[in-house]
Amino acid sequence: MTTNFQLAGFGGQGVLFAAKVLTYAGLLEGLEVSWMPSYGPEMRGGTANCSVVLSEAPVGSPIVTEPDVLLAMNQPSFDKFYHAVVPGGICIFDSTFVTDVAEHDGVAERAEVRLVPVPASTLALDNDLKGGANVIMTGVIVRQSGVVSLETAEKAIEKSMSARHLHLLDDNLKALRLGYDYE
Amino acid sequence: MAPKTTEKATEKVLMKGNEALAEAALRAGCEAYFGYPITPQNELAAYMSKRMPKEGGAYLQAESEVAAINMVYGAAASGVRTMTSTSSPGMSLKSEGISYLAGADLPAVIVNVQRGGPGLGGIQPSQSDYWQATRAAGHGDFHPIVLAPSTVQEMADTIHIAFDLADRYRTPVIVLVDGMLGQMMEPVALPEPGGATVVEKPWAANGHQDKRPHNTITSLFLVADDLEASNRARFARYEDIKRNEQRVEEYRTEDAEIVLVAFGASARTSRTAVDLAREAGIKAGLLRPITLVPFPVDAIEARIPQAKAFLSVEMNMGQMVEDVRLVVNGRTPVEFFGRVGGIIPAPTEILAAIERIAGDDACAKGGDA
Repeated sequence: MTTNFQLAGFGGQGVLFAAKVLTYAGLLEGLEVSWMPSYGPEMRGGTANCSVVLSEAPVGSPIVTEPDVLLAMNQPSFDKFYHAVVPGGICIFDSTFVTDVAEHDGVAERAEVRLVPVPASTLALDNDLKGGANVIMTGVIVRQSGVVSLETAEKAIEKSMSARHLHLLDDNLKALRLGYDYE
Repeated sequence: MAPKTTEKATEKVLMKGNEALAEAALRAGCEAYFGYPITPQNELAAYMSKRMPKEGGAYLQAESEVAAINMVYGAAASGVRTMTSTSSPGMSLKSEGISYLAGADLPAVIVNVQRGGPGLGGIQPSQSDYWQATRAAGHGDFHPIVLAPSTVQEMADTIHIAFDLADRYRTPVIVLVDGMLGQMMEPVALPEPGGATVVEKPWAANGHQDKRPHNTITSLFLVADDLEASNRARFARYEDIKRNEQRVEEYRTEDAEIVLVAFGASARTSRTAVDLAREAGIKAGLLRPITLVPFPVDAIEARIPQAKAFLSVEMNMGQMVEDVRLVVNGRTPVEFFGRVGGIIPAPTEILAAIERIAGDDACAKGGDA
């Protein structure tokens, strides 16, 4: 069993961190894992994306081209990766920024992809978690994909944070649970 | 020979390949690092810049790749473990210095986190410097040892081996990886700190204090007989290296009829392709050279009787395939599949290449019957 994740957004939205938490959670659950950022010139243009593979077998290519789970934190990421999601896959997106979905070319034909809109950036502001939309979405991914447990993800958050940011741990745990419990 | 890991150290952490290699180099006793920025290896130098001063070693961002490799020459001559790192275009600039290191019999480690070429090429992963590393690392009659890890863990383990081999055989050692391995994070159990092998270097120019004769480090031999003798002595060591240091990992090759040969990043997707082929009823296996120099000729030779074909899978237009053909020497077909420009060969397209070869073979048999 292998689950391929693609996490994408603007630089600064924290998709690399969200991906790291997910990867650490896989490691803590004893899975084979890989984390692979895009490091191409497009990063300078403002978008960042990261592939995560969680698998029971050794990871071949860490580069995900057909994700089982897509996180799109902005409209360009949704537009770029939505069509790559495998049939039966999940597309989680930040509905604060991704607004052009219903009219989007081809969405109607892709009924086999489950859309999960979450207004993560608005939720972050409303809950005094500025900049925490990425971790809220990590909670959503954990819940929707079911590959790792919430408890493991909580441990993974602490592992993924640098020492100088650890004072934000409680905020991150709050954000993670907020996303996990979002209906 | 893989470095020991303590119980605490075996707790796996997530690290980028570039950073894991840098930390492992420090733990292998690297005391001097010289480099110049280039994508996709920058994390390696950046990590060194943070950690090396705390370890009491020397870190210097040189004014160019040419300067950096010559600083490595100086540090190596003084007897310390030293290294540099770069990516493909930078490797060309270092080639003169690498030749001088070889000519002066100096141990040093050079890491090439390859990107696509030629010229400035791109910044995405590639294996297009295979020929450069194995055939033309610089002018003159020499070759370095070339190691090609394929996981982040192996990158960390390999750097220790690289320093040991460099010291033992007094030769530059190239660690050939690519942008994918450098940039990706995987779990890694770092080697124990302080586990560096200590090698006596009585030849080092590290201050004689009137207690011994001068040591001279040079690659200049103006007397023809002297130069020939130094070349012959070096090639005698190369024979030892060929005999003692071939490293290879085999995966499902015991009964393999189609034997894939791949190193580094393309070996990872080739391994997945081997599993797919086995599910499709094709007896495929993977032979993964860990040392590109010395090339694992013995392991390939051993598979020739059973192999209906070899398939070299690379991220270039076909380089290592020539070494496979040299070993096989016409006894069985040697095919090639590659992607270039920064593209990693996908397991499904490697599988298609395996199926095509298996199909050709079935047709050939059908024709005989």
